[in-house]
Amino acid sequence: MNTVTTTGQTRTAAAPREGGFTAAAAGYIDDRTKISVVVRDYGRKIFPDHWSFLLGEVALYSFVVILLSGSFLTFFFQASMTQLVYDGSFVPLKGITMSAAMQSTVDISFDVRGGLLMRQVHHWAALLFVAAIGLHMLRIFFTGAFRKPRELNWVIGFVLFILAMAEGFTGYSLPDDLLSGNGLRIIDGMVKGIPIIGTWTSFLIFGGEFPGEDIVGRLYSLHILFLPALVVAFIALHLLFVVTHKHTQFPGAGRTQDNVVGYPVMPVYAAKAGGFFFIVFGVIMLISSLFSINAVWVYGPYDPSPISAGTQPDWYIGFLDGALRLVPPGWEFVWLGFTWSFNILMPMIIIGIFIAVVMFYPFIEGWITGDKREHHLLDRPRNAPTRTAIGAAGVTFYAVLWAAASSDLIATHFHLAIEGVTHTLQALLFVGPLIAFVLTKRTCLALQRKDRSIALHGYESGRIVRLPGGEYIEVHQPADEYQKWELVSYNEYKPLMLRPNAEGKITMAERTRAGLSRWFFEDRIAPASQTEIEASHGDHH
Amino acid sequence: MRKTTQPSRRGRTKTGRRHPLATVALIAIGLMMTGGAYAAINAGTATADTDINTQVNIDEGAKLFQANCATCHGMEADGTVDAPSLVGVGAASVDFQVGTGRMPMQMQGPQAQQKPVQFTDLQVKQLAVYVGSLAPGPGIPDAQYLTGDGDLANGGELFRINCAMCHNVAAAGGALTQGKFAPPLAGVSAVHKYEAMVTGPQNMPVFNDLVITPTEKSDIISYLQHLEAAPSAGGFGLGSIGPVSEGLFLWIFGLGSIVALTIWITARSN
Ligand code: HEC
Ligand code: HEC
Repeated sequence: MNTVTTTGQTRTAAAPREGGFTAAAAGYIDDRTKISVVVRDYGRKIFPDHWSFLLGEVALYSFVVILLSGSFLTFFFQASMTQLVYDGSFVPLKGITMSAAMQSTVDISFDVRGGLLMRQVHHWAALLFVAAIGLHMLRIFFTGAFRKPRELNWVIGFVLFILAMAEGFTGYSLPDDLLSGNGLRIIDGMVKGIPIIGTWTSFLIFGGEFPGEDIVGRLYSLHILFLPALVVAFIALHLLFVVTHKHTQFPGAGRTQDNVVGYPVMPVYAAKAGGFFFIVFGVIMLISSLFSINAVWVYGPYDPSPISAGTQPDWYIGFLDGALRLVPPGWEFVWLGFTWSFNILMPMIIIGIFIAVVMFYPFIEGWITGDKREHHLLDRPRNAPTRTAIGAAGVTFYAVLWAAASSDLIATHFHLAIEGVTHTLQALLFVGPLIAFVLTKRTCLALQRKDRSIALHGYESGRIVRLPGGEYIEVHQPADEYQKWELVSYNEYKPLMLRPNAEGKITMAERTRAGLSRWFFEDRIAPASQTEIEASHGDHH
Repeated sequence: MRKTTQPSRRGRTKTGRRHPLATVALIAIGLMMTGGAYAAINAGTATADTDINTQVNIDEGAKLFQANCATCHGMEADGTVDAPSLVGVGAASVDFQVGTGRMPMQMQGPQAQQKPVQFTDLQVKQLAVYVGSLAPGPGIPDAQYLTGDGDLANGGELFRINCAMCHNVAAAGGALTQGKFAPPLAGVSAVHKYEAMVTGPQNMPVFNDLVITPTEKSDIISYLQHLEAAPSAGGFGLGSIGPVSEGLFLWIFGLGSIVALTIWITARSN
């Protein structure tokens, strides 16, 4: 804290003494912007240090890389579906009819200096962007960082995740190659699968019968204008909340609900973050210069008749594709003169519910546990067994859908029948999350039990001692005070009591809530209390 | 407390910087070597010889056939319950099936698996002319269609329209139903590519000369050879199977190395 205040003072004090240009310029800027106030107020914010707290930054920095490389691409890309005859320098496509969008993409790849690298940077950074958001969300979830007062910020972050997927999908569709066209065809099919309004909506989106001449231009507006604006706005909101709420931290000696132990933003954290930006940038550049991504010239121009084996969307859309692939046959029928495509509606409904549950999970958990306190200390995942188990079940559900999107590749690479792969995944979609739930919960409880025994009795040292009386005991090495603190300082929850409300009635909602709360907390390991720890001294050694 | 930790942290940051990048570089080198080794596996090309069609060779072929194939295909090559008749399948079919190691079939399965070729080139040709002599059928293709200097753009277009739905646009292969699959086409000789098209082995349709003319077949072969020989423009192709390998690569190596770096950065401060 001292560091920061003095920085402000030395600067203003030193300015007249040095009298150099920089000092004068700094003074000039400060007089007009009051930047030193901002530095004083925000520069003093403390950021705790833990590797997992940097994942959000990875997402942020990849977004910056996406913006930079994307701006470059807009200089050369033509969002038009006018058909042209390709006459660029890539021989295997010479004389082929393709859209201006596809042609400009191939030109960027082969005729614009640095164009291919920028395309690959843009695409790899996009994959990293969504992946980093995903991992960041998992960290937030499993440590309970979404609890009060941060529930809204979880929702904002999740909206960002969805926006990122939308950004990715619209971008994937722009080159108008065979792969992206097939992706759009699936979207077209899904839209048409909506009863009554589906066909009309599809015609509206594509400006006529698929593929039409409009879609690339429309997606382009979304991709470079509307969606990025939303992403930037939500990122700003997200960061504003992070600053106002302060950062959470893992429990430990000296860390409480009311303080944050770490480094001030200025200068330490800012310097680190600046360096870290270049690390992320460097990794993206390295990957992009070594590994090919989306070789559109191999896919060729879009044409509704051909399709390639092994056609998949980018990874983050995979779970949707997988959901479609897992639907058993025969779920489409005609009723009241309309075709009801439950093979398309069902996945949409299930995924919709899944997304809603994830998005509003903080409120759901808050309601079940009835916990209205603010939490600035994170949970170690094992100390919230039911939540961790729910998370593991959710991850498994998502992973099965994800794997299903590559069912054909699983079949060829492991020499299996694709039907077998599909049936296995269908079963796993329901059984997998249950198994993951039970296993995770048991593992958490076992780890908690181990923590408790370490807090009470210390570590097994492997040293066996024979007492004068002939008794053998193993000497335990007591945990030090810091460790003990970490092992015992967590919240202990109890299931909510079912209580009548003001009118003396027990409502249905309360009953459900109490039931859920019991399910949430019935298996729990109480942290070792101070008295227990003291009582345990003198045991065993 | 915070102040005192700063200098030491900076100092250590500098000295430790090379390690994680070195890891990435090592991974890159490792991948490069695997890729190189993969590309090195290349089957030699067989060339068709028209003057092989002699009575001596037909007789030799008949003997080889009776010794190796008759148990399944019958003494007169007219089929049994175990295997189809070969009367009229043509020399091309035998040359493909035996020359790629699919025949003699080793075990019943969704699709005859490829295994090391069991006959010398001459023996394969002898078998082929024998079966070709039984009834007219597609013969071993003319060398003029196998030179690989056809029209790449046309070949690419035809390949995407006729073959990519099974073999994938990058000819990386794909799954069919019930455990059958369309194999990747890298390493298949030009003559076998041509024969595959005219005979339609197993679950592949026949593309006769009315559907795809011999010149067009030659274009397709040229395109496939180009696809295999031309270096991937954007860097390593990750198996050319598209977004799945890209996604896996990103999660494992991309995000993996970034997580390793975050751990490294924060580990300095403790
Ligand atoms: C173990 C039994 C077996 C043996 C031995 C065997 N084949 Fe076959 N062969 C089959 C079966 C079964 C098929 C049909 C495969 C399919 O279509 O899925 C077949 C198919 C073929 C075909 C393709 C026919 C077509 O319609 O184009 C040719 C050619 C052929 N065999 C040649 C041979 C030759 C030559 C030999 C001896 C070197 C041989 N086979 C040995 C079982 C056998
Ligand atoms: C219906 C799917 C399908 C289509 C369409 C198709 N193939 Fe095939 N192809 C297969 C299958 C299945 C095999 C494997 C046959 C076997 O193992 O005997 C195969 C085998 C081949 C082989 C032999 C590969 C090897 O490893 O020996 C070549 C070459 C080939 N196909 C080329 C083509 C070309 C060129 C086209 C387009 C003109 C094409 N195929 C279209 C399914 C298909």
